[in-house]
Amino acid sequence: MEDPVPPRGTRRAPRVPGTGSFQHDGVGPAAVRLAGFGFRHASRRAWAVQDVDLRIEPGERVLLTGASGAGKSTLLRALGGLLEPESGDAAGELTVDGAAPDRRRQRVGVVFQDPDAQLVMTRAGDDVAFGLENTGTPPELIWPAVDTALDAVGFCLGRDHATAALSGGQKQRLVLAGALAPRPGLLLLDEPTAQLDPDGAALVRAAVARAVADRSATLVVVDHDVEAWLPLVDRVVELLPHGGTVEHPPGWRPAPLRMPVRWVHEPGEVLLAGEAAGFTHRGSARPALAPTDVALRAGRTLAVTGPNGTGKSTLALLLAGLRAPTTGRVVAAPTVTAGLRRPDRPPHRWPAAELATRIGTVFQQPEHQFLTGRVRDELALGSLRSGAGAAQARATAEELLERLGLAALADANPFTLSGGQQRRLSVATALATAPRVLVLDEPTFGQDRETWAELVALLAEQQDGDRALCLVTHDAAVVTALADDVCTLGVPVPV
Amino acid sequence: MSAPLSLGPARPVPLSAVNPVAQLSAVLVVTCVLLVSGDLVTPGVLLAAELALLPAAGLSRPGDVLRRTWPLLLSALGVAWVNVAFGSLDGAEAWLSGATWALRVVALALPGILLVASTDPVRLADALTVHWRVSTRFAYGSLAALRLVPLLAAEWETIRLARRARGVEGGRDPVAHVRLLASTAFALLVGAIRRGSRLATAMDARGFDSGVTRTNARGSRLQPLDRWFVTGAVALCAAAVTASVLSGAWSPVFS
Repeated sequence: MEDPVPPRGTRRAPRVPGTGSFQHDGVGPAAVRLAGFGFRHASRRAWAVQDVDLRIEPGERVLLTGASGAGKSTLLRALGGLLEPESGDAAGELTVDGAAPDRRRQRVGVVFQDPDAQLVMTRAGDDVAFGLENTGTPPELIWPAVDTALDAVGFCLGRDHATAALSGGQKQRLVLAGALAPRPGLLLLDEPTAQLDPDGAALVRAAVARAVADRSATLVVVDHDVEAWLPLVDRVVELLPHGGTVEHPPGWRPAPLRMPVRWVHEPGEVLLAGEAAGFTHRGSARPALAPTDVALRAGRTLAVTGPNGTGKSTLALLLAGLRAPTTGRVVAAPTVTAGLRRPDRPPHRWPAAELATRIGTVFQQPEHQFLTGRVRDELALGSLRSGAGAAQARATAEELLERLGLAALADANPFTLSGGQQRRLSVATALATAPRVLVLDEPTFGQDRETWAELVALLAEQQDGDRALCLVTHDAAVVTALADDVCTLGVPVPV
Repeated sequence: MSAPLSLGPARPVPLSAVNPVAQLSAVLVVTCVLLVSGDLVTPGVLLAAELALLPAAGLSRPGDVLRRTWPLLLSALGVAWVNVAFGSLDGAEAWLSGATWALRVVALALPGILLVASTDPVRLADALTVHWRVSTRFAYGSLAALRLVPLLAAEWETIRLARRARGVEGGRDPVAHVRLLASTAFALLVGAIRRGSRLATAMDARGFDSGVTRTNARGSRLQPLDRWFVTGAVALCAAAVTASVLSGAWSPVFS
């Protein structure tokens, strides 16, 4: 799928308007100018973006990077003319082809993170046609343009393919085709691979490479995952957290990930085991998880990996006592079941309060797990639920706040925290009830490098001789950093 | 995390050849007649015709028909039972009134089931915007929102499990159950609103709010068949009412 993309640093001449297949209206790639640009969301005191000076020439490909909260997405929205004037204050100047971006909306194509929040129609072709219909394109011109766009991204499942039946990567590829169909002069991508597994992400990057190979559009990608985009872009511009930008020279590479310091423990007793545990959804012929044997030992960290569709998350739910296996069983050791009224029962039948003190789970999306309006209460909740007194629950909460560096946020609402802070809080809430087994589903998904390193260090601290960790992950770096044992699920599934 | 559900393109069936607006017109005509009639003959004749159309909507196997109609049949039985048990009439008259009501309910709802079974959601939106000038913002906005509904089911399950993992579940206390249900629903609603607003932004980024008159790539054409379909529905209603009047059963609701 790798398409011939010129290496970084060499620059092809941008196409002359009117000569390419992509310029039916005689307008080529767009030029972008920012001078002292800033934007502050209404109701916020701090500027989301500040002092940005940037010139992007027609046909250039630029990666905009920066830590979480540096204002990357806000800047991208500003470029797309998608910030309502009443939603905040703008400073400085921002033009696309010499005019304010909200007057150039027709020249801009945007791809966001979540494919399901971008597809409109039930069929692939109809969805690509959506943008063309909106701009009043005559119907007879629409279908050739749709076919060109589908071809440009390498989508070959056909116009009539149901959008709901696509994988995340294919959906995002289709979204890209939809953005390209009206032949934009400026293509904006807002972390287009953040919600995809590595295969899906590679698929989307290949589609982007293919689509912009002829330099018919200026490309601006916003992403904190720099490494993956380097082969595709000419320039890397980093937004600094307190305003301003730094442009990295050609050949620049991000610093390697910070690996945690950790001790390797002797394998202890098996705390929790899946014995031929499998799961099939009701009414489905194909199992979501084929019967799997897996053992979580005290002092060890097991990483569960494997391609999409092999049931990694399902296995996590079975081990976490949240779902009943439809075949086989999940067994907990007597040291884990001690104190249960019915220790003979499998984990999925334990009362929730008993489960939380024995097996902790951290979900992929932290906000699903938050139940209160304050970080402090969130940390005390688990202990209170499992019968600890108010004083003890408060003490546990205070200790965790200190240990996980959340003390400054003790009174904040969990839903207003940044992605990385939410992640740390959700790990902390699972630790509050001191479970012997901790199951984490994609703990580093979509995190920038800084948060990644923090989170991995935090998890390394939780590895002690008594506790078993289970990490379900696509992230090879996490496996290297933390895992003692690896379980690779690998039933090849047709896509 | 849960079984795949989806709003997909509908499988074409013979009845799909009829334009959705023609089908909707026919449904309207039949509905009006049924709302006015209060006898057993009119809904009987119309129901017979509707049943005859089931195979054309791809519902020829009894299993398929039952899967689509069981809630309707159940509610029709409920209506009939309420009439027999609590109506002011006695004996045979009560049973007749119950049967009339049940028949009316089924005859009223079945056209809707035929429409849903034979109509692709996108074609319906196309037809409504092209022929009936329904606002494109409303029609395609609803369509896009409808796509998100199956995702909600998966989200609901995830939130429920995430709460159990935190040690929160109703247990045996019904009050706790209701409170948990309410708070789960709230979390779901918050998530749905956030995703919905992201969808709206993405649609506007694709020019949905451009103010330009929208074109339609698929189009929606009315053919002679559509005229015949509506004419047929009108003729059928006329026949049903005539039969009812001639048999002496006709008793309009407003009389």
